[in-house]
Amino acid sequence: MDIIVLVKQVPNTTDVKLDEKTGSLIREGLESILNPDDRHALEAAVQLKEATKGHVTVVSMGPPQAIEVLTEAIGMGVDQGILLSDTAFAGADTWATSSTLGKAIQQIGKFDLIICGRQAIDGDTAQIGPQVADYLHVPQVTYVAEIDNIDEKSVIVKRRLEDGYEMVESELPALLTVISEINKPRYPDVGKMIAACHEDASIKTWNAADIGVTVHEVGLAGSLTHVIKTYVPKFKRQGEIIEGDTKAVVRELIQKLGRSEGSTACKAVAAACRLEAS
Amino acid sequence: MTVWVETDLCDACKLCIKACPYGAIELKGGSAYILERCTSCGACLEVCPKAAVLTDFKPRQIPDFSDRKGVWVFAEQRGGKLTRVSLELLGKAQELAGELGQEVSAVLLGHQISDLTATLVEYGADTVYCMDHEALKHYRSNAYTKLIEELVNQYQPNIFLLGATHIGRDLAPRVSRRIAVGLTADCTELSIDSKEGILLQIRPAFGGNVMATIANRYSRPQMATVRPGVMEMHKKPGKGNVIEYKAVLFENEIKTRVLKVVKEKKKGIDLSEANVIIAGGRGVGDANGFDILRELAEVMDGQVAGTRVTVEEGWIPPENQVGQTGRTVRPEIYIACGISGAVQHRAGMMNSRYIIAINTDSRAPIFQVADWGIVADLFDVVPEMTRQLKEAKEKTFGI
Repeated sequence: MDIIVLVKQVPNTTDVKLDEKTGSLIREGLESILNPDDRHALEAAVQLKEATKGHVTVVSMGPPQAIEVLTEAIGMGVDQGILLSDTAFAGADTWATSSTLGKAIQQIGKFDLIICGRQAIDGDTAQIGPQVADYLHVPQVTYVAEIDNIDEKSVIVKRRLEDGYEMVESELPALLTVISEINKPRYPDVGKMIAACHEDASIKTWNAADIGVTVHEVGLAGSLTHVIKTYVPKFKRQGEIIEGDTKAVVRELIQKLGRSEGSTACKAVAAACRLEAS
Repeated sequence: MTVWVETDLCDACKLCIKACPYGAIELKGGSAYILERCTSCGACLEVCPKAAVLTDFKPRQIPDFSDRKGVWVFAEQRGGKLTRVSLELLGKAQELAGELGQEVSAVLLGHQISDLTATLVEYGADTVYCMDHEALKHYRSNAYTKLIEELVNQYQPNIFLLGATHIGRDLAPRVSRRIAVGLTADCTELSIDSKEGILLQIRPAFGGNVMATIANRYSRPQMATVRPGVMEMHKKPGKGNVIEYKAVLFENEIKTRVLKVVKEKKKGIDLSEANVIIAGGRGVGDANGFDILRELAEVMDGQVAGTRVTVEEGWIPPENQVGQTGRTVRPEIYIACGISGAVQHRAGMMNSRYIIAINTDSRAPIFQVADWGIVADLFDVVPEMTRQLKEAKEKTFGI
């Protein structure tokens, strides 16, 4: 079984600090990590490889230093890595990214299964999996919590829903996006990681020409959506002290909460207490 | 294509640094300096009052889409029940369509679902496109995508909104790729740009640390998924038009089968995803003290968290710790009970939308970051709040 895993190197957004004076992000010293959901995708692929005597290729699009996450993937047991790196790829939205990854997968050739993490923590879009699947005309199953059964022709998976799950059977080849519930990823093997750093190692780097795309199809130039503004949300604190006896204080607090805007939790309070918007 | 700064013209006003979405400009030797991280997006060019930022990048021609009309909403149903977010989107769609002078349509797919069309009209759909087919009984990506592609090609809408549910987030990207349009995920705000008449899509980015406004100038429909619970439902008097669209589907082109659907009760969720957090500090006193916090969390559909001290004392487990060494949280409501508000703790929760502080010490620093403070004993205030909310819920919902 030939398996391809798509991974991304992301800034550790849980670690982001803000400059208290300017309110802007401090990007310096922000650690780059393998996207958490993608680690589960790798583990799922390596487990399938072990069970089916398969072959796993990991693919990532990113700057040259993203080779770090491919090295880590090889440490987990992946057979080969392909880094898609070219200044032309920079600034891509999900449309341009899925074109780039799709083209690269066509270049790799035959596959039975593509596994991705549900979403990356820097963008949280969850779009790349389904977009790559459509690019390659293969079926997709997203939010996969368990791979129940797999043979040469089909796979049966448990797909997580908000209020439960469904069991879905898909023809192969197919693309799955997995959630953290699916497995407990192994630690990468240091020996394998060191071996992956050798010159003749199993990691290749492809640029735009290697996958046969023009600069107009990829990166910022090939994108259909554009960020036109970013800002750090800053909330003006009301800093109000509510005084009085406990009952009255709590009643006032609930009213203030219920009449606050921009929050579903506040709306829930308002609905329960039948508060009219002020 | 590159971007550079004409240093003679630059007066170091820093507007470009502020405007750069990628943090790719810094001040160097008294003028702006473009770092390697630059993606040539051009945000700095627009804001520079001295026209000191230059580029060799030729702006792309924006196609004329003035013939594209209509705001569409994907009416998601599961087992014959409409999801709430679909009606919320119809509420927002009415507003957007009103500004554009266009109409609202709902796209409904499923099996034996024709009785849902009346609800969609009631909540603002001028037209409902209804597709009924046995193969649509359960949601499946390929089946839905094929039919929506046909519908979009036939009616050429301007805007297409879907709820950011597990179904919407599976379907929207697949459809967007199929019909070759851009897509913005998980928006929390939508508006129409008064100059260009385009849809401005606002969403949290970078783990919620920044908000980004995204435009979709080069393709139509302008597609976005929207988080459930953000938009408001609005009923609209009047009649709607139902168009039955004949769905032609073959099982062998769908390629997936839903074998069974199982409903399950929710398990405890991640603090970083909690909408409401009730947090306790030293003032909670001991492990048992957290019980009243749990009761309030239950009635508010929230999660319980604690400061470093409470974790070190073993009152709550480490995964519930908020603060610099614990988790950074960003709930809509954060209620700090008996927490003084050390700087490390504030760093972990100060981006919460609304903060409430309950503490007996009026000088506690937590009050400085709170929207509302109550100087009182948490053991009086918290149970009273639980009681009042419970009572209101029982009255309103009868539960």
